[in-house]
Amino acid sequence: MEALLALIIGVLTACGVYLALRGRTFPVVLGLTFLSYAVNLFLFAMGRLAIGRPPIITEAAAAYIDPLPQALVLTAIVIGFAMTAFVIMLALKARAELGSDHVDGRE
Amino acid sequence: MNAHLAIAPVLLPLLAGIVLLLMRHVDLRVRRVLSVAAVVMEIGLSLALVTAVADGDILVYALGNWPAPYGIVLVADRLSAWLMLTTALLALFALLYALRGIDASGRHFHVFFQLQLFGLAGAFLTGDLFNLFVFFEVLLLASYGLLLHGGGRLRTRAGLHYVVLNLTGSTLFLFAVGTLYGVLGTLNMADLARQVAAAPAENVPLVRAAGLLLFGVFALKAALMPLHLWLPAAYAQASAPVAALFAIMTKVGAYSILRVDTLIFGDGAGSLAGLLTPWLLPLALATLAIGTLGAVASRGLRAQVAYLVVASAGSLLTAFGLASAEGIAAGLYYLPHTTFAAAAAFLIADAIAARRGELADRLDPGPTLPGNRVLGGLFFVIAVAIAGLPPLSGFWGKFLLLRAALDHAWLAGVMATVLVAGLLTLIALARSGSLLFYRSHGHAPTSAGNGALLAELAPIAGLLLLVGALTVAAGPAVGYVEATASQLLQPYQYIHAVLKGG
Repeated sequence: MEALLALIIGVLTACGVYLALRGRTFPVVLGLTFLSYAVNLFLFAMGRLAIGRPPIITEAAAAYIDPLPQALVLTAIVIGFAMTAFVIMLALKARAELGSDHVDGRE
Repeated sequence: MNAHLAIAPVLLPLLAGIVLLLMRHVDLRVRRVLSVAAVVMEIGLSLALVTAVADGDILVYALGNWPAPYGIVLVADRLSAWLMLTTALLALFALLYALRGIDASGRHFHVFFQLQLFGLAGAFLTGDLFNLFVFFEVLLLASYGLLLHGGGRLRTRAGLHYVVLNLTGSTLFLFAVGTLYGVLGTLNMADLARQVAAAPAENVPLVRAAGLLLFGVFALKAALMPLHLWLPAAYAQASAPVAALFAIMTKVGAYSILRVDTLIFGDGAGSLAGLLTPWLLPLALATLAIGTLGAVASRGLRAQVAYLVVASAGSLLTAFGLASAEGIAAGLYYLPHTTFAAAAAFLIADAIAARRGELADRLDPGPTLPGNRVLGGLFFVIAVAIAGLPPLSGFWGKFLLLRAALDHAWLAGVMATVLVAGLLTLIALARSGSLLFYRSHGHAPTSAGNGALLAELAPIAGLLLLVGALTVAAGPAVGYVEATASQLLQPYQYIHAVLKGG
């Protein structure tokens, strides 16, 4: 499971970096989104991977999973949403004002 | 009151921002009064904070009364209080300049302004690495709004670059934070310092990677070479009061580098002690050189000032990079000086550009400016302050920096770079000044009345008075920053204050 998750994070990051380095705003926004997905999964994995363990103390549970990374991921997701919405609006504004969707405003 | 002093400067701008947002349909004059009143109260709180920590106390505020390292803490020590005071004073004059109409050229200026202060205060006062990330995001979101305030093609383009770069930086920050949590199991900075010192050998490379990743992110914020390229475009395109407020933004990066370097990777960190030391000084000197060369080569006054901000970040981090108490003290004395001087320079560049019609801030000979004596006099004083000539505080900052470098292995490099950069800054500003004020002919197409001129220049004069105050009160100020430096180099005080229960 660790290898699979590491592979997913790696592929997402590689795609994100490649797209973020493109010249047009749409791939750049997609690239930033991929990067934020990768980092969310990465943060989640930092609490160690386990199945069927509760994050909250109960009388029945024999073992627990660290709840803190889940809280961190939640915060990061919320911030990521806001930032993605903002950067999309900004890209649209730039497209309208500069007359081109190139990140430098010209071909 | 004292118990809540550490959180009050964070809450006040947040509340002011929310109230201003709710009052968005109320008359602009009411909102202006409210915004200025909030900043004045923020100055009062910062002064109270400086007084409270001046004798070495470290105020710790545990949110929800959960003890560290399980709860989130706000920590105010001498360093945090010093930066809070600088921020609040700067904000007042930037805001006063904006009241002349710039705040009405777009929506929600005052809301963004207060939220920017909220983010800055939080970043300076938080004792938790993840909350540092959150406050970075708060101040960045507010800065996006402020940077784009007023609109315009060039501003939108500069804003797009700035936003994309900072979003990438935030992602890297999260990777670093995640790695540190995964390896060390904590994000409280005092607890991190303890855990780094006790890290087993097999974890050291991971912690080193995370630490250097953090350094990269902070270097992006501080505009350290080669991550400085975003700054000149963004700052030169921002409206004047926003650019003036942004003079503190590179200092947030410098603050974070200093905090992480002394607290987490300080002398007590075992094999990871001095993690950033081999990188900081060479990069800072290169930043100083590049920033100065950019200022010499600039074809516009605002771009020139923006490059001088890069150079000042270089000087500041050179001082921190000396990694001695004297060096840190020199940097901390230089920090408010360079912040106020750069902000004044952005404001005067705007006042000059507004009087030159189509030429704006381009460095070409133009018409004689209305009120050129007053403008020229102020420009001269600002240039003296930025170039670090006596008698203003820039000179004392550079003097302290060079004195701190005397017994450093890199003495020759530091001396040569700082002195040559000072000379080139002087040449660049003298050339701009003579071009703008002496090689002029004819009269400007528009002439503003003298009353408007005085109202416009009052905030600039106010910033210069702060520089003057820093010069006159150099004794107590240097005493305070030396105490700050010695407090920073004894991180166990901070750790003990935060983790007193554990």
